[in-house]
Amino acid sequence: MAAHSAVLSVSRIINPLWGRHLGNTVKVFGTTLTSHRTKTLHVPPPAKYGGRHTVTLIPGDGIGPELLSHVREVFRFSCVPVDFEVVHVNSALEAEDDIDNAITAIRRNGVALKGNIETKHTMPPSVKSRNNLLRTSLDLYANVMHCQSLPGVQTRHKNIDIMIIRENTEGEYSSLEHESVSGVVECLKIITRTNSLRIAEYAFQLAREKGRRRVTAVHKANIMKLGDGLFLQCCREVASGYPDITFDSMIVDNTTMQLVSKPQQFDVMVMPNLYGNVVSNVCAGLVGGPGLVPGANYGRDYAVFETATRNTGKSVAGKNIANPTAMLLASCMMLDHLKLYNYANLIRNAVLTTMNETRLHTADLGGLGTTSEVVQSIMRVIQSKGQLTADI
Amino acid sequence: MWRSTASRVVASLKNELLQSRSFIRGMQTVTLIPGDGIGPEISAAVVKIFVAAEVPIEWEERNVTAIQGPGGKWMIPHDAKESMDKTKIGLKGPLKTPVGAGHPSMNLLLRKTFDLYANVRPCVSIEGYDTPYTDVNLVTIRENTEGEYSGIEHVIVDGVVQSIKLITEQASQRIAEYAFEYAKNNQRSSVIAVHKANIMRMSDGLFLRKCREAAEKHKDIKFTEMYLDTVCLNMVQDPSQFDVLVMPNLYGDILSDLCAGLIGGLGVTPSGNIGAHGVAIFESVHGTAPDIAGKDLANPTALLLSAIMMLRHMGLRSHAQKIETACFDTIQDKKVLTKDLGGNAKCSEFTEAICQRVRDMK
Repeated sequence: MAAHSAVLSVSRIINPLWGRHLGNTVKVFGTTLTSHRTKTLHVPPPAKYGGRHTVTLIPGDGIGPELLSHVREVFRFSCVPVDFEVVHVNSALEAEDDIDNAITAIRRNGVALKGNIETKHTMPPSVKSRNNLLRTSLDLYANVMHCQSLPGVQTRHKNIDIMIIRENTEGEYSSLEHESVSGVVECLKIITRTNSLRIAEYAFQLAREKGRRRVTAVHKANIMKLGDGLFLQCCREVASGYPDITFDSMIVDNTTMQLVSKPQQFDVMVMPNLYGNVVSNVCAGLVGGPGLVPGANYGRDYAVFETATRNTGKSVAGKNIANPTAMLLASCMMLDHLKLYNYANLIRNAVLTTMNETRLHTADLGGLGTTSEVVQSIMRVIQSKGQLTADI
Repeated sequence: MWRSTASRVVASLKNELLQSRSFIRGMQTVTLIPGDGIGPEISAAVVKIFVAAEVPIEWEERNVTAIQGPGGKWMIPHDAKESMDKTKIGLKGPLKTPVGAGHPSMNLLLRKTFDLYANVRPCVSIEGYDTPYTDVNLVTIRENTEGEYSGIEHVIVDGVVQSIKLITEQASQRIAEYAFEYAKNNQRSSVIAVHKANIMRMSDGLFLRKCREAAEKHKDIKFTEMYLDTVCLNMVQDPSQFDVLVMPNLYGDILSDLCAGLIGGLGVTPSGNIGAHGVAIFESVHGTAPDIAGKDLANPTALLLSAIMMLRHMGLRSHAQKIETACFDTIQDKKVLTKDLGGNAKCSEFTEAICQRVRDMK
C-alpha cells in the first residue's frame, strides 16, 4: 500500500506539470489505482434518453466504414433503439485531437462500436497506435473473444469452443521504448500485480457465469521468470478462490502447437497481452478466419466492441467482398451489453442462419457472395420472423 | 622479402585448410553429442544409417554437462568445447536440465558458448504422417541471442515487474543477412520479416530496417513484411503461402513451435543453430523422454532430419538427398513405424528399414 500511495502522490505531482507528455507509465499506474477501488464486474448499462441508447461509432480505416454502415442498415431495418454518434479518426495525422475526441465521446456514451484504425509503422515512435491509446485511456482491461466452430463453415478442425481472455492494457503493449545507446533499443514489458489479479478475476468470473469447467493460463514463465511468473502467481491465487473450476497453465509455444493439433482440449484461456494477440489470431484462423469472430473490450466503466482480430482489411476494402459476420456479431454483443437481448438474439440468429443454413458465404470462406448480398439475406431472415421492421 | 613470401605461403595454406573443410571429399569430422535419455539410442541409429549410406564423416563423441569453471562461471567441459572449435559442426541429441540444478539450461550454455545466433527450422509436411495440414514447406529463422529473452528483469516497486526486450542493430543485421543467405543457398524465393512494429515502433522498427537493408543486397529474393498476428492467422488457414520467415526471438519461439505443430510435432522436426565463426550445431528439439529411454522405442526421425540438414550445410547434398528419400519412403510405406508415428516397431527395426532402403539405392 505504501508503494501504491507513493506512486499515486508522484503521479499527482507529475500529472498537472507534464500532462500526457510524460508518457504512458503514469497513465498506466494512475488508471490501475483508480480501478482498484471497486471490484464489481457488472458494468451498469449506459444512460438512455427517450428510450433510445446512444452509441459511439468509430468507422476506422479499410473495411471498417463499409461494415459499420451495413450494421447501421441492419439496425435501422430491425428498428433497434440505438442511435450512433459517428466520430472520425484520421490515422494519417500526427496530432492526437481526433482520438481524444473519440475517447471523450465514448466516455460520454459508455459504449462504442469501432473499426480498426490503421497504424502506419513508418511514422515516428512518438505517434502511438490509436487503437492502443483508446484501450489504455479508457482502461479496457479485458479483451474477450469466443471462438466457436460454425457448422456451415468448412475448417480443418471441428468442435472448437474456446473463450480467450486477454489482458488488454499492459504487457508488451506499454509502448515504452528508448534508445539509450545508438543501435541498441530497449522495449519495456510491464506486468503488474493489480492488473494480473484483475484479469484473472475477470476470467474466472466469466468462466463461472458461462458454466465453463477449466481455465488455462498461457505464459512463458520459464524464460521471463519475474514478469510472467508474477502473472502466473496471480492466476493461481485467484484460482484458489474458485474450487469448482480447474486451473492449469501452459507455456505459449506448447500452446500454439497444441492448438493446431488438438484445439478441442481448451476451454477458457487467460493470458497477457502479446500471447493473447498470437493465440486469438491462431484460434480465429482455426474456426474460419478473421471475418467470423467478434471481439469485445471491457473496462470497469466502458465497453468497446469490434472484430476480434482487429484487421484493417486494406486489400479487400471498397470491393464489396468483406465478410460482415464478425462486425454484425460484435454489434449483437453490444446489444447484449445494453440489455437489448431480444434484438441481439434476432440479429444473431439471422446472421447464423445465413451462415449455416443458406450457406451464403463471402470470398474469404470460399464462396461467391458479396457483402451486400449477405446483408440483404440477413435482413430477409429478420423480416421473416414477423417482428416490426422498416422497409428494405 | 622472404618474410612476406613466407607469410603469403602460410596464408594460402590456411586458406586451403579452410576450404578443405567444405570442398575436399576426404573424411570430415563432426562432433557428436548424444545427450541424455533417448539421446544415445537415436544417435546410434543416425550413425548406423550414415554408415549404410557411406557418408564420409567421422564422429567425435563428446558429453556435455554443466561444470563450474574458475570464478564460479558455469560452462561446458573443456574437451567438448575444444572438439567443437576444431570441427565447427555438431550434432546434438536432447539434453536434460535437472530442476533446481542451480545452473542455467544446457541449451542456453551452448548458445552462449558458441554465440549461436540463428535458429533454423525447416518445416516440411511428411507424407505418410498425416496432419490436418498437408502442404507445409517453410523455414523459420529465429534470432536466438537477444530480444525478449535477454533475461533482464526488475521489480520496480512491489507488484510491478518490468522485463526488457533488447534489439540491437548488430544482431538484427546478422540475422537478416543470414536469412537471405540461407534463402539464396537453398533456392527459396521469398523472405518474410515478422514483426509488431505498429506497437513496438522503435525495437521492431530497427529490426525491420536491418531486414530491408539486407533485402537491398539480395534483390533476386522477394522481401515482404508482415505483422505477427496476420502471420498466425494465415498460417493456420493456408500455410502454403509462406516460404522463409525471419523474426526476433519471442515471435520465433512461438512461430517455430506453431509450424512444428503443423507438420506433426517436435518428434519429426529438424533444427539447426548457426553460430559465429562458422560453428553450426544441429539438434533434435524434443525432450529426453526418460520414460522410454533404453527400451528401443524411441523415434530417431527428428535427429535424422537434423543430421540431413547438417549434410546439406556441409555441402554433401547427394548423401543428404539419399538418406532423406529413404527416411520419407519408410514413413510413407507405413510398414515399419515407431509408436509415436502410429506403428509398433522398435527403434532398431525402423533404423534397419531405412538402412536397407539406403543400401538398395546404390
